[in-house]
Amino acid sequence: MNATMRRGLETAHTAGVELLRVEGLVKRFPGVTALGGVSFDLRAGEVHVLLGENGAGKSTLIKCLAGVYQPDGGQILVDGHPVTLSTTRRAEALGIATIHQEFNLVPELSVAENVLLGRPPRRFGVVDRRAMYAQAGAALARVGLKVDPRTQVRTLGVARQQLVEIAKALSLEARILILDEPTAALTDDEVDRLLRLMGELRQAGVGLVFISHHLEEIQRIGDRVTILRDGAAVGTVSAATDSQDLVRMMVGRSIESQYPRVRTAVGEDLLRVEGLSSPGSFEDISLTVRAGEVVGLAGLVGAGRTEVLRAVFGADRYGTGSVAMRGNALRRHDVQASIHAGLGLVPEDRKAQGLVLGASVAENLSLVSLRGATRLGIVDRSALDQVARRAVADLGIRTSSIRSAVRNLSGGNQQKVVMGKWLSADPAVLLLDEPTRGVDVGAKVEIYQLINELTASGRGVLLASSDLPEVLGMSDRILVMAHGRLVGELTHEEATQDAVMALAVKEVESSRAY
Amino acid sequence: MPTDTPAIQAAPRPGATPAIHRDVATRLRSAAGRNGALAALLLLCVVMAVLSPVFLSTQNLLNVGVQAAVVAILAFGQTFVIISAGIDLSVGSVAALTAIVTGYMASTLGVSPVLAILLGLATGMAAGLVSGVLVAFGKLPAFIATLAMLSIARGLALVLSGGVPVAQPTAVAWFGSTLWGWLPVPVVVMIVLGLLAAFILNRTFTGRAIYAIGGNEEAARLSGINVHRQKLIIYALAGTFSAVAGLVLAGRLASGQPQAAAGYELDAIAAVVIGGASLAGGQGRAFGTFVGALVLAVIRNGLNLLNVSSFWQQVVIGAVIALAVLSDTLRKRRA
Repeated sequence: MNATMRRGLETAHTAGVELLRVEGLVKRFPGVTALGGVSFDLRAGEVHVLLGENGAGKSTLIKCLAGVYQPDGGQILVDGHPVTLSTTRRAEALGIATIHQEFNLVPELSVAENVLLGRPPRRFGVVDRRAMYAQAGAALARVGLKVDPRTQVRTLGVARQQLVEIAKALSLEARILILDEPTAALTDDEVDRLLRLMGELRQAGVGLVFISHHLEEIQRIGDRVTILRDGAAVGTVSAATDSQDLVRMMVGRSIESQYPRVRTAVGEDLLRVEGLSSPGSFEDISLTVRAGEVVGLAGLVGAGRTEVLRAVFGADRYGTGSVAMRGNALRRHDVQASIHAGLGLVPEDRKAQGLVLGASVAENLSLVSLRGATRLGIVDRSALDQVARRAVADLGIRTSSIRSAVRNLSGGNQQKVVMGKWLSADPAVLLLDEPTRGVDVGAKVEIYQLINELTASGRGVLLASSDLPEVLGMSDRILVMAHGRLVGELTHEEATQDAVMALAVKEVESSRAY
Repeated sequence: MPTDTPAIQAAPRPGATPAIHRDVATRLRSAAGRNGALAALLLLCVVMAVLSPVFLSTQNLLNVGVQAAVVAILAFGQTFVIISAGIDLSVGSVAALTAIVTGYMASTLGVSPVLAILLGLATGMAAGLVSGVLVAFGKLPAFIATLAMLSIARGLALVLSGGVPVAQPTAVAWFGSTLWGWLPVPVVVMIVLGLLAAFILNRTFTGRAIYAIGGNEEAARLSGINVHRQKLIIYALAGTFSAVAGLVLAGRLASGQPQAAAGYELDAIAAVVIGGASLAGGQGRAFGTFVGALVLAVIRNGLNLLNVSSFWQQVVIGAVIALAVLSDTLRKRRA
């Protein structure tokens, strides 16, 4: 046993009694073994991190713990007793609460109704609204979310919806709290608040299982780390382990550079946006993307990055302003015209906007090329299959066949399908909105390599991301947005986290979202 | 359910299957394993063959085909709409309106029969286009838009005909006739339109767009598919298929009845759903719909042969719809 392993065990000793133990857990799906005998344990008052690439089995493991999946082998012990988690309700009754990557919220109901979903306070059989708002308000206060509990969840952004999820889990008085990438959609401030909250819960004796791809978060809050690779636990080490070592254990090889940006000579203007305004979303946006250039769009959640990208692409309406490609003005709000002129958009939410989940890998990859492969209304499907096979090979999409449903792919591979759909159509400028959200370290680097290939061949990229290190690492120029306006531009030499954040918060201090 | 002794004697003897038949049987069994509707159809045919000696006669099988034809053609049109995550309740009414328009043009206005038929088809397409405009641009739920069209088309059929049957030109009667003394035209039209529907779904831009729109409309839109235009085409296709069904029905009845095909929209939806399509969209096949329509026809035909009252037939059909879809759902959940 090496030094780091021993340190991990010492941390565990300082923690409390064992809450949860998983022994040799096996879960098979048709054609894949998602978990091939995983063991780990969780003690009261510790944060146990599950680390692994997408597809390593983390989500499957926690779905077994949440009562969503039934394992095919091994056992789960809560407080030392073997249990069968046949339903999510059974898991909740044992004190296991889970915050999944996909929200389990009812968009049309209020925040309070969602927090207390299925168990609203009742008086004489009728929902007691006053008590419901009071209880929900208390739960919201614990996560520092200042919204009226009567607000419809639908009207909240991704970040605040996630906080509602966390409030909901906390209100279940969970002793075991499982968080599946809770920080993926949060800004730095929100992440800080969440990590502080996790620290408080740990003090209170709650055991936390934490999944994150952000190594710095793991070192800040984690106690022990169990690394999963290809459905097996590679080892359990202290969270203080050097991050290079963690990455090596996770991917089975070392990754040279997290942000392998290769800068190329910048050429002519490709995309020019002038004075774009959309009342209530953004105002007076002017920007240029040149050939061979990655322009980063930074800003807090709600600053208007996604809205700008969608309007530029023609997906949403805008009030005034113009968008031009290579000097030719684009027809307003016309996605087909934008695509024809050489624009592409990898949208923020790949499941809701990027993919037809029930359709095959081939069908998804050929979605944009469909029009080009059509003669007299008839589609050349063998040509499209070839396009799909080439994309699978070029992008290293891990799938058993181009006929597999894209639903069965891991997050990173799904994102590569969305990228591949556009690359097959050969766009001049690709608009990327959160291109690596929920994507593991290995696949992230592969996506960055694709960005490099695009700019090396004279294309331009407009990259919007709430992952600031990513924007800093991959952009040649950085535009900072705050409150729907562009508030500054930095070259990659002068851009630091502090410089960007100083711009991003400057104008919004008086009107903070939270 | 009444049984008769000779039927039991007609059951195939076990162990007498030659090798080649066994091969076909294996293949059918594997296809049936994948497709709940096909399994249900084969099971129904075996049961009916056992219970009634006439069931497997050529004449009776062609009868089944004729009985299936109108619903199958309506259902092919419905398949486009359901895969796109919509629904079309107006197909039966549009079929009736087509027959009335064709008959009215030819008999009352004296238009040439071929032109009258073309005007009938155009009527069906126009009705579909109106539904499509309401759905795509008016943002009405498909259920509401086509419910309105169900009422409008039926009303227009009654207005135009004055509520009484309209005589049809002989060209329409051809749709109900028999070729070479044995092949019913409705069966031919059904097969041709089935192949056409399969071709549209598998090989054309619109077909592929239908699956993408039904699977994820926003992803389809952001990939450059003109969702509005495709929806117009989808509902226009359903309307045109309904028009053909209306002509076949008018040919069989030898007149245009303003109340014809009432309630057929539900049979058409049932056929599509039995055939494995999902009302949530993104899934479905023309062949599945064909099998679904045959399932309904075989049940009706078989129960007639067995002298089961038409009241009980409705109960049985309802049960079979539920069972067919249930078995499909269970199979998918296990997979």
